Amino acid sequence: MDDLKGFPQELTGADRPMVSFRKVGKAYGPLTVLDDLDLDVAEGEMVSIIGPSGSGKTTVLRMLMTLEEINGGCIYIDGQPLTHMPKNGGLVRANQRHLRARRVDIGMCFQHFNLFPHMTALENCMEGPVQVLGMPKTEARARSEELLEMVGMIEKRDQHPSRLSGGQQQRVAIARALAMRPKVMLFDEVTSALDPEVIGEVTNVIRGLASEHKLTMLMVTHQMGFAQDISDRVCFFYGGKIEEQGPASELFGNPQRERTQQFLSAVKEAV
Amino acid sequence: MEWRWDFTWDILPRLIEATGNTLLAAGGGYAIAVVLGLVLALAQRTPYRVLTWVVREIVEFIRSTPLLLQIFFVFYVGPQFGIRLSPWASGMIAIGLHYACYLSEVYRGGIESVAKGQWEAATALNMTTMQTYRRIVIPQAIPPAVSGLGNYLVGIFKDTPMLSVIGVTELIHTANTIGSENFRFLEPYTMVGLIFLAISLPTAGLIRAFERYVRRKMGLQ
Amino acid sequence: MTFFEFLVQYWPRLLSGAGVTVVQFFLAAVLGIALSVTMGLMKLSPNRLVSGAAITYIEFFRGTSLLVQLYWIFFVLPLFGLTIDKFTAGYIAVGMNIGAYGAELVRGGILSVPRGQWEAALALNMTPAKRMWRIILPQALVNMLPPWGNLMIELLKGTALVSLISVADLMFEARQINSSTFLSAQVFGAALIIYYIMARFMLTPSMRWLERFMARKMGRA
Repeated sequence: MDDLKGFPQELTGADRPMVSFRKVGKAYGPLTVLDDLDLDVAEGEMVSIIGPSGSGKTTVLRMLMTLEEINGGCIYIDGQPLTHMPKNGGLVRANQRHLRARRVDIGMCFQHFNLFPHMTALENCMEGPVQVLGMPKTEARARSEELLEMVGMIEKRDQHPSRLSGGQQQRVAIARALAMRPKVMLFDEVTSALDPEVIGEVTNVIRGLASEHKLTMLMVTHQMGFAQDISDRVCFFYGGKIEEQGPASELFGNPQRERTQQFLSAVKEAV
Repeated sequence: MEWRWDFTWDILPRLIEATGNTLLAAGGGYAIAVVLGLVLALAQRTPYRVLTWVVREIVEFIRSTPLLLQIFFVFYVGPQFGIRLSPWASGMIAIGLHYACYLSEVYRGGIESVAKGQWEAATALNMTTMQTYRRIVIPQAIPPAVSGLGNYLVGIFKDTPMLSVIGVTELIHTANTIGSENFRFLEPYTMVGLIFLAISLPTAGLIRAFERYVRRKMGLQ
Repeated sequence: MTFFEFLVQYWPRLLSGAGVTVVQFFLAAVLGIALSVTMGLMKLSPNRLVSGAAITYIEFFRGTSLLVQLYWIFFVLPLFGLTIDKFTAGYIAVGMNIGAYGAELVRGGILSVPRGQWEAALALNMTPAKRMWRIILPQALVNMLPPWGNLMIELLKGTALVSLISVADLMFEARQINSSTFLSAQVFGAALIIYYIMARFMLTPSMRWLERFMARKMGRA
């Protein structure tokens, strides 16, 4: 088992981070994907994660959503441990009950949308509030319609996903995640599976979220321009570590590390 | 030997009554198989490796041995240990269990066809395992399973004649009785064959139509 | 009587029954495979009469029960002067039944060969027969071998029904021993295990070997 001596049972103080990775490690057998990751995200902050494929950036989001178990360290969300729970003055690995109690703070959008194909757009959005939060259907419907309106999908509310374009599906997926009122939103390469001409409709929705809501967001993306535009901070991942991080303008405008420079110039050439 | 229509008309009411019993046996056995098959499929998806292995081996064993022998086994082994089962009860158990093993494979295929992203989306919405199965996975596992479920419904119907050997008065049992009472086997056996055709062929067509309907209804097309 | 004592006393009869089962299996398999290929090809024929004949055969044997077919062949055909001894009637019924299912597998396998292969064979100016025999069938065979493995198990299980027309196979011997000793658990249990060994440890490995052999021959492994 992982040695969690010295890890606090909770994070306190007004300036505590919304999300905190503390010495988090992840390995698949002999292959180390993430190595002692330390990353704090403040409340309301928008952090973009960039880097070459295989650098572990998607794993960061999947661990935070508890889709992947971590092999070392601890993740805190809103001051409370997520991957572990307090017991006898120490921390032990979280059980299903603890995970369910903590996951309410987190929402996620996926590269391949993962909408439920047997439900309409509206039913997709209502599913979580009604089934998981136990909200009355009328209230869930009102909330879902409001969100579908916000993402510009209200007209298609009664369509099944198979009748929607990729961009439309992704916008419904964003509304579905927001319907759970998470404190933290995760966007995992949400535009990578989209045709170029519909990427804009999805990035505009995320742009709106970033400017109008006090939502904490983590985003893995390949779109450097978009990341530069809306992020408060950008993290460049390389080989399972944060190679360099800083405000968007600095990291893109004046990268310090050689690997960052190489990556950014390679990406620029490809465009 | 000539076909005798008057004899055919005479025995028709008895055959129709026996058709009712055949359908009842098929329906009863299928009801057991549908429920038990799902249990066997889900039992192979728990994190307990030993349970998965034991259930797998039982399913393999029952699938690779003759139903006829299993019918005899259930019917005769009970009394040896003081449990008397009626022909109907043992027949339903044997045929239900046999087909539950086939259906568990159909369910398994259906469940495995549900994309991994669906499970992840359910986790991201903070659903419990039960909710994920009930609301997300099972509804999507059904459409690809419909044709398999339907084929085995026809299959169980065609296997009910084996129940005649322990005295269930379904079609073949009745045809045997009629034949030995009248020393005429041509009409009863031929009629039984035609009744089977008349039921199983349209049913197969209906299943195909139903499969298309389910897919459309669930918005999967 | 313990299970072991039981086996010591009755193994010769169980073994001779198993021998008859094996012979019935092989004869039915030869007939079934021949019918599968013939009828599968016929169903693909552009000639309506030829494909119609194949469809009639397939739908008839898949639409009715094996037991009904067996009784019809054994009890009804003699009434038209076509007397068949029970041993022959047994494997003919089982083989014809399996042939109907196999024909669909053959047809599916042939249709699964990519269109480009047909066109390439045509471009080499092969005769239709040569095209089928040299180019299409070998590829179709590799594609359809896995489902044939399941069908062969169904065939083995199907042979148990010949006991009902008194062919002295394993099932028949088991029933005979049961009615004279009432050691139902022992005798039916032993028969179940023998069938299982034949299916799981003889038939399935042979089919797997054949799959690998064919795949290697086709340069796919």
